[in-house]
Amino acid sequence: MKVRFRIKRFNPERDARPHWADYEVDADPFDRVLDGLHQVKWYQDGTLALRRSCAHGVCGSDTMLINGRNRLACKVLIKEVGPSIRVEPMRGLPVIKDLIVDMEPFFAQYRAVLPYLVNRDPAPQAERRQSPEERARYDDTTKCILCAACSTACPIYWSPGAYLGPAAIVNAHRFLFDSRDQAAGERLDILAQRSGVYRCRTIFNCTDACPRGIEVTRAIQEVKRALVTQKKG
Amino acid sequence: MTEHAFDALIVGAGGAGLRAAVELAGRRVAVISKLYPPRSHTGAAQGGIGAALGNLEEDHPEWHTFDTIKGGDYLVDQDAAEIMCQEAVETVYELEHWGLPFDRTPDGRIAQRRFGGHTRNFGEGPVRRACHAADRTGHMILQTLYQQCIRQQITFFDEFQMLDLLVADETCGGVVAYEIATGELHLFRAQAVLLATGGFGRMYKVTSNAFALTGDGVAIAWRRGVPLQDMEFFQFHPTGLYRLGILLSEAARGEGAVLLNGRGERFMERYAPTMKDLAPRDMISRFMYQEVRAGNGIEGKDFLHLDFRHLGARILDEKLPDITEFVRTYLGIDPAEAPVPITPTAHYAMGGVPTDVDGQVVLDRSGRPLRGLYAAGECACVSVHGANRLGTNSLVDILVFGRRAGRHLGQFLAGAEQAPLRLAPEGTAEELVRGWLARDRGEPVARLRDELQAVMMEHASVFRTADGLSGALARVRELRERAVSAKLDDHGRRFNQDLLDALELGFLLDLAEATVASAFHRTESRGAHSREDFPQRNDAEWLKHTLVSRDAEGRLTFLYRPVTITRYQPQERKY
Repeated sequence: MKVRFRIKRFNPERDARPHWADYEVDADPFDRVLDGLHQVKWYQDGTLALRRSCAHGVCGSDTMLINGRNRLACKVLIKEVGPSIRVEPMRGLPVIKDLIVDMEPFFAQYRAVLPYLVNRDPAPQAERRQSPEERARYDDTTKCILCAACSTACPIYWSPGAYLGPAAIVNAHRFLFDSRDQAAGERLDILAQRSGVYRCRTIFNCTDACPRGIEVTRAIQEVKRALVTQKKG
Repeated sequence: MTEHAFDALIVGAGGAGLRAAVELAGRRVAVISKLYPPRSHTGAAQGGIGAALGNLEEDHPEWHTFDTIKGGDYLVDQDAAEIMCQEAVETVYELEHWGLPFDRTPDGRIAQRRFGGHTRNFGEGPVRRACHAADRTGHMILQTLYQQCIRQQITFFDEFQMLDLLVADETCGGVVAYEIATGELHLFRAQAVLLATGGFGRMYKVTSNAFALTGDGVAIAWRRGVPLQDMEFFQFHPTGLYRLGILLSEAARGEGAVLLNGRGERFMERYAPTMKDLAPRDMISRFMYQEVRAGNGIEGKDFLHLDFRHLGARILDEKLPDITEFVRTYLGIDPAEAPVPITPTAHYAMGGVPTDVDGQVVLDRSGRPLRGLYAAGECACVSVHGANRLGTNSLVDILVFGRRAGRHLGQFLAGAEQAPLRLAPEGTAEELVRGWLARDRGEPVARLRDELQAVMMEHASVFRTADGLSGALARVRELRERAVSAKLDDHGRRFNQDLLDALELGFLLDLAEATVASAFHRTESRGAHSREDFPQRNDAEWLKHTLVSRDAEGRLTFLYRPVTITRYQPQERKY
């Protein structure tokens, strides 16, 4: 089938402002949107820039706005969104070139929530025990691939620096509810700050956008609840 | 050119690179990677990491060692396999202590499942050895290691492409890299460099490998005079999604899924009566090709079925959620209700940069090291995988040898000079970039890459012949000639991925040449290397590792290294 791509192009080396460019490719309905973009990039215009690597939705490289929604280009098929496909960079992070945004603010927010297990007890010879129920408590948020689809779908996140964003909170949640972790206090102090969880207005854009099916808004609510419980305690 | 100085420089931010970085925390260490670390392909590993914890049934590192050696068709260096399988146990516990969310047994231990070629008591039957976190074990390993690097405040240079190694007088003193965002060249001087750049499955048309897997570190080492070992051994994983090559983990069969041919027959029972669908990958891929050739493909076509239906939706969602989703997303099929079309997919390079068991890159048969250069993970060849890697052992390899390389490198630093050696960069990297940017007329790079991938798939995949390989070698060389006059559309400095694609094609062409030529020379069948004109394993002549080098005139020379045998004499492989 013929598929028409309308892609928002911007190369600050050359362009004063972003502009739309149109391309037509032959595609199979079961092709990924990424395959279509590759047809453009490889055989029509090699200047098109986009990040991608695994091409099956696990590395988190190719988040972009596809027909107005944050999607991984490798995880949405032409048949779902064609034959006319509008592609733009995700919002809320500065555009470097075409579909590539500056991820540095996003990763700085991730690093800010102490995204690692803290356990100050001496390590045993074998594993630390954890029951299947304790393991299940934080399963959902272990799936995060740091693709930024949730954060950049959130209107609160779009004002720079105001909000740590859903992805950072998801990664804090992953440790807050891990029975082996001992740094809940420090992490909750960070999340209680002005840029933390209370910025969330439960808009649910993050949950809609997550390509891993994580219930992001729910995770944020659980962190808010933990803050309340901790303060009472 | 911006200049940096570190004690240790790690190239690549997958499991091996990050594990080494954690080991070197506290040193002046930096990691450069062409991707953001969480994008590395370790994150795509699915089914599990093998370690004889014995949490669910009796198991021993010796059994794991034997399986690794037999799985590798006796081309494994047995001292290295012993080390790997022993140290697997403590590295898995270490990951757990760092927070890795393994699935758990009812009593809270790390859960383990069956996997291809892993057996109890030297081959009696399948054993539960693969420690897992659903079917996203690699994702959890990559995340956990990246988290530890953040905790240890490791310095990262994300989205930097390595272009060259500084090597002189058999000593390595750093790396030249290209900053993708700006087009600027950077000179990283270091006492020691660790290559952890992964594999090169992108030389094949159908592959499970990410686009990034173009063998950059292996190709650059080869250009700098390091011989490449056992390049003829490239693993095809039996269960890639039809046409797409996306991996469906062996954990599927570990949990009970079975392979079916067009007659609905569970054909692996005929070929491997004990292990059946859990025989090693090289054998299953071969039998799948044979079934298709015999007209037993599905509806007579070139694919077979992986059948999950008897497992039921609950097991699929609980134990194999990601691959279930891949099948639903990309084929529009529910694996709980319909069998899944699959074909073998190019998956793993057993060969690569030769190293000793401490990750030191070696230059010849005697094991003479290249001072200051290390390699670990898929880019390296220790060799713990021999002629065919067992499932789960890639994750064991990156952790055990990432750690060992980091540890040895740390000791090396203690005895090294204070200031990094002042090796001159000689302008090679600059010329490479300038040369490409000057070309605005010619064939698109993508066409050459498409042709390379088709040639390799046709003649250097599961079955090979002398005619096919010699034709493929001529084609690869012709493609390299044509690549000299290929064109770029993008001549800018900012995120010039057109340039990166061209550089990656250059790496793939070099490695394809090494692969095809090594395969042509090995006139026997062993592990993943199956010669139709030489169908038998020939231990008398070929129980040895290939080392291939290329001189300044482009001539290839072959040397062979003996295989280290400690306890296990080669036997016929039966499963």
